[in-house]
Amino acid sequence: MIPVLFFLAAAATLAGALGVVLARNPVHAALFLVQTLIAVAVLFLLQDAELVAAVQVIVYASAIVVLFLFVIMLLGVDRAESMEDRVPYQRPAAIALGIILLVELLVLAGHEWATGQPTASGVPLEGGGFGGNVERVARVLFTDFLWAFEITSVLLVIAVVGAVVLARRSGQKGAPIDAAEVADAADATDGDDAGAAEEARV
Amino acid sequence: MTLAALEITSSYYLVLAAMVFTIGAVGVLTRRNVLVMFMCVELMLNAVNLSFVAFARALDDVTGQVIVFFVLVVAAAEVAVGLAIIVAIFRRRRHATADDLRALRG
Repeated sequence: MIPVLFFLAAAATLAGALGVVLARNPVHAALFLVQTLIAVAVLFLLQDAELVAAVQVIVYASAIVVLFLFVIMLLGVDRAESMEDRVPYQRPAAIALGIILLVELLVLAGHEWATGQPTASGVPLEGGGFGGNVERVARVLFTDFLWAFEITSVLLVIAVVGAVVLARRSGQKGAPIDAAEVADAADATDGDDAGAAEEARV
Repeated sequence: MTLAALEITSSYYLVLAAMVFTIGAVGVLTRRNVLVMFMCVELMLNAVNLSFVAFARALDDVTGQVIVFFVLVVAAAEVAVGLAIIVAIFRRRRHATADDLRALRG
């Protein structure tokens, strides 16, 4: 039963990952990303990581992807991207480098000469398990990693403040968002485009 | 040997994580749309999370799962700031193609 589940989830993960890379439309890419994230959550469950699986679905597959979709809808970037390479042979070179990276990772996963220590590969994962996963994770998180946990809150505050500062329209110091501004932003789509693009080329 | 009798070891998860990571890396290198490049970075982070959980299970040490939480937090912060940057760029340039963003000034 567990091997069947593993291979189903692995196939869904890989198909979703390929979909993210190959989909022309960013909305489709985001939906493929959801497929990958949920399949990875299933893989977490198969490894007795219930809490991480739940957080994966709640935070990653919901909140972060909704943020992505929100920005895609807000900006309307669902037009096709240009397929021409600025750097010649960029795509074949990228694929060749990817194959080299994959071989390298697979070699590292199975050997021990990277660190001198044997890797934990080949260890059977069924049976046993983390009894009381949430309690065990919480105990480590709030004792050994308490300082890192508190620092994390500072990081999140900095990220929120940074996002607000970046996303605010420049030239309007602290003015609340109103309907006229939104309409103005929609109008600006056409006029500035050609000029800005020309400027960028020069 | 039938499929149901196969024993899934940590190597299976590590190989899967390597494949997902590679797909994400190739996506970052080949795609031009900044948003899709961002999603590919998320793929790479997820591959690393998967191998962290596999190692936690293989070594019977729950610290690997705790690290996954911190990776999640950093990913969330990165997405918030990164998407804000994309919105700010989009306001000025009206497109989100990586090749056109060669100058640091707006």
